[in-house]
Amino acid sequence: MSLGESIRNSQLWKSVFRHPMPLDRRNRIVVMLTNFFLHLHPVSIKKQGIGLSYTWCMGGVTFFLFLVETVTGVLLMFYYRPTLEWAYNDILALRDVTSLGIMRELHRWGAHAMVITTWLHMYRVFLTGSYKPPREFNWVVGVILLLLTLLLSFTGYLLPWDQLAIWAITVGSNMARATPVLGHEGPFAKLLTVDGIPMITNGSDARFLTIGARFVGEETLNRFYVLHCIGIPLAVALLLAIHFWRVRKDGGISGPL
Amino acid sequence: MHSDPEFISRVATPLGFYYLILCALNWGAAALLWRRGAKTFFHVPLPGRRNGNGHAAAVAVDAHGATNGNGAIAITDVLVWLAVGFAFFILAPLAMIGEPLELPSAVKQTVNELSGPVTLALGSLVVFAIFFVFRRFFTQPIVAWVFLNLALLVMGMSMTDPNFTSIVAKPDNVPIVGLVFLLGFFTWLATYKAVVNDDRIARGLPPVEKEDSEKVLVWPDLVYTELICMIALTAFLLVWGIGLQAPLEEPSSSVKTPNPSKAPWYFLGLQEMLVYYDPWMAGVVLPSVVLLGLMAIPYLDFNRKGCGYYTISERKFAYLIFQFGFLELWVILILLGTFLRGPNWNFFGPFETWDAHKVLALNNINLSEIFWIKGLDQSLPKAPPNSSALREIAYILVREAPGIILVGAYFVVLPPIMAATIFRKFFVKMGFIRFMLMANLLLLMGALPLKMVARWTINLKYFIAIPEYFLNF
Ligand code: HEM
Repeated sequence: MSLGESIRNSQLWKSVFRHPMPLDRRNRIVVMLTNFFLHLHPVSIKKQGIGLSYTWCMGGVTFFLFLVETVTGVLLMFYYRPTLEWAYNDILALRDVTSLGIMRELHRWGAHAMVITTWLHMYRVFLTGSYKPPREFNWVVGVILLLLTLLLSFTGYLLPWDQLAIWAITVGSNMARATPVLGHEGPFAKLLTVDGIPMITNGSDARFLTIGARFVGEETLNRFYVLHCIGIPLAVALLLAIHFWRVRKDGGISGPL
Repeated sequence: MHSDPEFISRVATPLGFYYLILCALNWGAAALLWRRGAKTFFHVPLPGRRNGNGHAAAVAVDAHGATNGNGAIAITDVLVWLAVGFAFFILAPLAMIGEPLELPSAVKQTVNELSGPVTLALGSLVVFAIFFVFRRFFTQPIVAWVFLNLALLVMGMSMTDPNFTSIVAKPDNVPIVGLVFLLGFFTWLATYKAVVNDDRIARGLPPVEKEDSEKVLVWPDLVYTELICMIALTAFLLVWGIGLQAPLEEPSSSVKTPNPSKAPWYFLGLQEMLVYYDPWMAGVVLPSVVLLGLMAIPYLDFNRKGCGYYTISERKFAYLIFQFGFLELWVILILLGTFLRGPNWNFFGPFETWDAHKVLALNNINLSEIFWIKGLDQSLPKAPPNSSALREIAYILVREAPGIILVGAYFVVLPPIMAATIFRKFFVKMGFIRFMLMANLLLLMGALPLKMVARWTINLKYFIAIPEYFLNF
């Protein structure tokens, strides 16, 4: 018995992997059914569905980028403190002194790439008409994922706390001032006036809700940090689970009938 | 003579590598074609060589084609791409020693002068239209390859311009350059596959995707593809991360407002809309409508054909609307907002210096002013001082009546007319609610280009201007 074989026959190995090596047809099926990570996939699939020129692998690439963002993001959290005192300096240190500071580059470029691949994935799904029944609802889930991806990117943009960051967020969040009814400079906001006292002011409107203050400051940093690291990723993870589950339940990757 | 030798010396090495990559691309293509069997375009007869001896070149490149014995060089696709690659191969060292191929300044100046929001928006629309109408021609791989080479060459030449490069090579803008090429490639790919399928459908055959409906095992066929994708992607991100440092500007300061102040690039289409619409539209209503509209697509598109394969002919309407919305109204506006909007959100050509003191006369006027002042030659209706709030509102409504009627007609009267005329079939199939939803979404989408055109032609500021209630449309 070779060394490899004896390892594969050990109790330890067998307790971890519930299947033999996928060398023959039977075990290639077994592996898909018994491995937690692989059971996301079906056992067999139409050849057309795995053609790179059909799906462009874009959904898969987006998912992989999400994983990259999660791993690099967790590593960055070890070094970054979301306070006015430290945020900028910690990023500076990541650039200049921290070993493996390249995590920041990977995280940032991965984020840009994820926005792009999400769009391309949507483009592919549209062009192949894959949103048509029975996949309508998964398209809707996808649109929410698209929104969340943009919000992830947007909340993360603030964290370096440099000029680029705060002004981009200022410009972006200023829009909320103009929310109809709920923004203090929005149409119809004046309607919400009780006894001559306006209810919607710059201290109570949609923009205040977004950035936690009257202008982008410490509260915003904290709010965006929590959303960026916990709130939105959890929501994305949940929706991704639904998204993938629906891909399977809706009959796998779309194809001509 | 170079405009800026110091700058040229800084881009020399990257440009050299850039051209080497282009060379490798073309030689790679040549190798691929050679393996598949070269295609001969035409023969160039060799003077004085009438017999089969001595045409080694022709034999070498024509190995898989028919060698002709009459002493002529066969010009094959392999030969052409070898030559193109060779041209890039020459450009690379030239760039490295500081003599890169540049765009003539006359060309740059013309481009600067010609470009503007109008030319960009209409020009891209015309380009998309031409590509769509003549898609059979443009999707031929060889034509697409020619255009790719041209685009990359122009890109390389433009990189010698400090203004162009300072914006395109800004770290956060690099992904958008990638986006442009990726979108170009994938649009080509999808159109190519759709053209093939449409031909087959016209001949009564099923789409190509159908031919591959035999089942294969996910292990190994899919999991290995995924593994390779992951490794390639990791390598790509590492190279990107090592090659390009993430930006970090000065520490934030709430008093030093940068000019221009830009949102992150993926929202710059929305910021560009601010030129035409107030924040409540550009920043709140239109984005929400975009999201709702996207979600509604599967419930509005009643066409059951074209599911699971690339096709254009079976779903032309949906296809065109989506491409217009995505490519023209989203991506082009992002490009405009990112690359061509400088200080004070003024427009700057791709080779123009961002001059913060550039002043553009803004003389936009409201529809109410056009109607009352220009048209009827009287002043705007205005409530007498100390009148009640209701009375003031009444006056405002009168003042803005032309716009309110126009906008009302657009959203209320047009849908029934559409239902009765061009969209008759849609209305019958969709029923009242779905049709109204679709019609209003389309009209909202159309509101942006319409406002743009109104701005460009009659300097229209707002159809409805009620600044008293922050309600400008
Ligand atoms: C975080 C973003 C997203 C991730 C990670 C993701 C992931 C995936 C993956 C892995 C698949 C399997 C097929 C493929 O790779 O193409 C898929 C399919 C699908 N996705 Fe997404 N997706 C995302 C966003 C979206 C968006 C924005 C949309 C549309 C608006 C969308 C709509 C769909 C639909 C309808 C399918 C089924 C397609 C088919 O059966 O051919 N997804 N997604």
